[in-house]
Amino acid sequence: MTAAATARAPAWPRRLAHLALVLAALAFLALFLLLPLAAVFAEALRKGVHAYLAAIDQPGAFAAIRLTLLVAAIAVPLNLVFGVAAAWAVARFEFRGKALLGALIDLPFSVSPVIAGLVYVLLFGAQGWFGPWLAAHGVRIVFAVPGLVLATMFVTLPFVARELIPLMQAQGAEEEEAARVLGANGWQMFFRVTLPKIRWALLYGVLLCNARAMGEFGAVSVVSGHIRGLTTTLPLEIEMRYNEYDYVGAFAVASLLALLALVTLAAKTALEWRYGDELAAHAPGGH
Amino acid sequence: MAARRRVLPGFGLGLGYTLAYLGLIVLLPLSALAWKASGIGVAGLLHLLAAPRTQAALRLSFGGALLAALANAAAGLLVAWVLVRYRFPGRRLLDALVDLPFALPTAVAGIALTALYAPNGWLGQALMEHLGVKVAYSRLGVVVAMVFVGFPFVVRTVQPVLATLDREMEEAAESLGARRWQTFARVILPMLAPALLTGFALALARAVGEYGSVIFIAGNIPMRSEIAPLLIVQKLEAFDYAGAAALGVVMLGFSFALLAALSLLQRWSRRWAEQPA
Repeated sequence: MTAAATARAPAWPRRLAHLALVLAALAFLALFLLLPLAAVFAEALRKGVHAYLAAIDQPGAFAAIRLTLLVAAIAVPLNLVFGVAAAWAVARFEFRGKALLGALIDLPFSVSPVIAGLVYVLLFGAQGWFGPWLAAHGVRIVFAVPGLVLATMFVTLPFVARELIPLMQAQGAEEEEAARVLGANGWQMFFRVTLPKIRWALLYGVLLCNARAMGEFGAVSVVSGHIRGLTTTLPLEIEMRYNEYDYVGAFAVASLLALLALVTLAAKTALEWRYGDELAAHAPGGH
Repeated sequence: MAARRRVLPGFGLGLGYTLAYLGLIVLLPLSALAWKASGIGVAGLLHLLAAPRTQAALRLSFGGALLAALANAAAGLLVAWVLVRYRFPGRRLLDALVDLPFALPTAVAGIALTALYAPNGWLGQALMEHLGVKVAYSRLGVVVAMVFVGFPFVVRTVQPVLATLDREMEEAAESLGARRWQTFARVILPMLAPALLTGFALALARAVGEYGSVIFIAGNIPMRSEIAPLLIVQKLEAFDYAGAAALGVVMLGFSFALLAALSLLQRWSRRWAEQPA
């Protein structure tokens, strides 16, 4: 009896401390994450569903949606192919300068998005390296769709590679080597052995890459020139409406992107729950 | 290794494609930045750095990012701890929610935070009335936005390490009479230090360059709440390409120096963590 009492006695303050820690974490998450998310929808619906739908049902919004989809449809597949090629080279072969290559692949994560846009203006703008040549041939890159695609490619370049490299390193090459020994050619080996082993991680990387590609603001803002209907993606459309004091309009467009974020989170979480062991135990694929 | 290279194909193709793509998308553009920046010369660079507005913007971008990363280290450690060590209803949902700042576009986060913390916003009004604190359109607002965008990094680096931590060390410490906080400070924290530093560095790098979520809430008052990336944009809009490029190079230089120092600190902390106590 006394023994049980003394054993239980120190458990009380500890349980209280547990509760306090859980509540503190919940309060932080609610305040910093949930509240901003709720604010997007509350502000968008401030003047009612009718005003909300009217704000979305506009040519500017549709053009922005089309452009956002177009940019992502080009940038994401290109970075997917790059990610697979880079992961194949880094995870399957030993060569000099491998650590440096890994650092270069991660480089876009530590470059400000504004700088990512700026470098393309310096290359292809009127005063840029290729500016005069492009002008003479009537090609527009900056303040046009190609610039938006390039800037988006820069900022989303590491996502797929970073997802695949640790996974493929952990998986090892034995199965691919067996396929080769059994007579498969390179592409057969890749499509029948490698791809099935990495497909969920690939999808995971593509999800994150796509979320960033559709939501990128800083880099595309610099190269866009803000020509409404022509070079404004959804995030830029938000900025333009916001600066014109069209708050319901800005938040209505923002709510579309917030929905995309929620769908991305849900799909990502589903992948983690379902195929967690087929994803890399990775450091966060940050932005 | 030599044998493997003979068995597995695609080394030349994979590496060649990787290098060509990296060269075209990242390295060539960045060399244009260095080239354009060199156009203003040493005197021009010193003039740019001596300008009070440049100094104020760099101080805010780097100082604010340091503060935000520190806040994220503390909050991230707390959230990772709670998610790994305790079981409560809704835990997995919260775990998924942690990545929201990665998924939510920065412009959306920017206007949402501004609406919340503006003088007439849900939080801004209460903070102003009860505490006299102004968040939106001030430097504090910049830090709040930086905390938001960098939040997931520390949680996601610390969480896996915490989950695989050997509980026997803690039990040993406690059976030897250590109090709970002593165990945490002397046993658990040293083992988490390398992961914590990685998360801190990632959050810092993200916050230093952050643009979209900050410019809405900052109010962008020159000398007060103007971040360095915004100054780059303004120089660009004034067709001062060399100035914009030079400021970009300065920002990158500071960031890389900071990240290199952190990586040294991390290597040191790892050795410290692996040392037999």
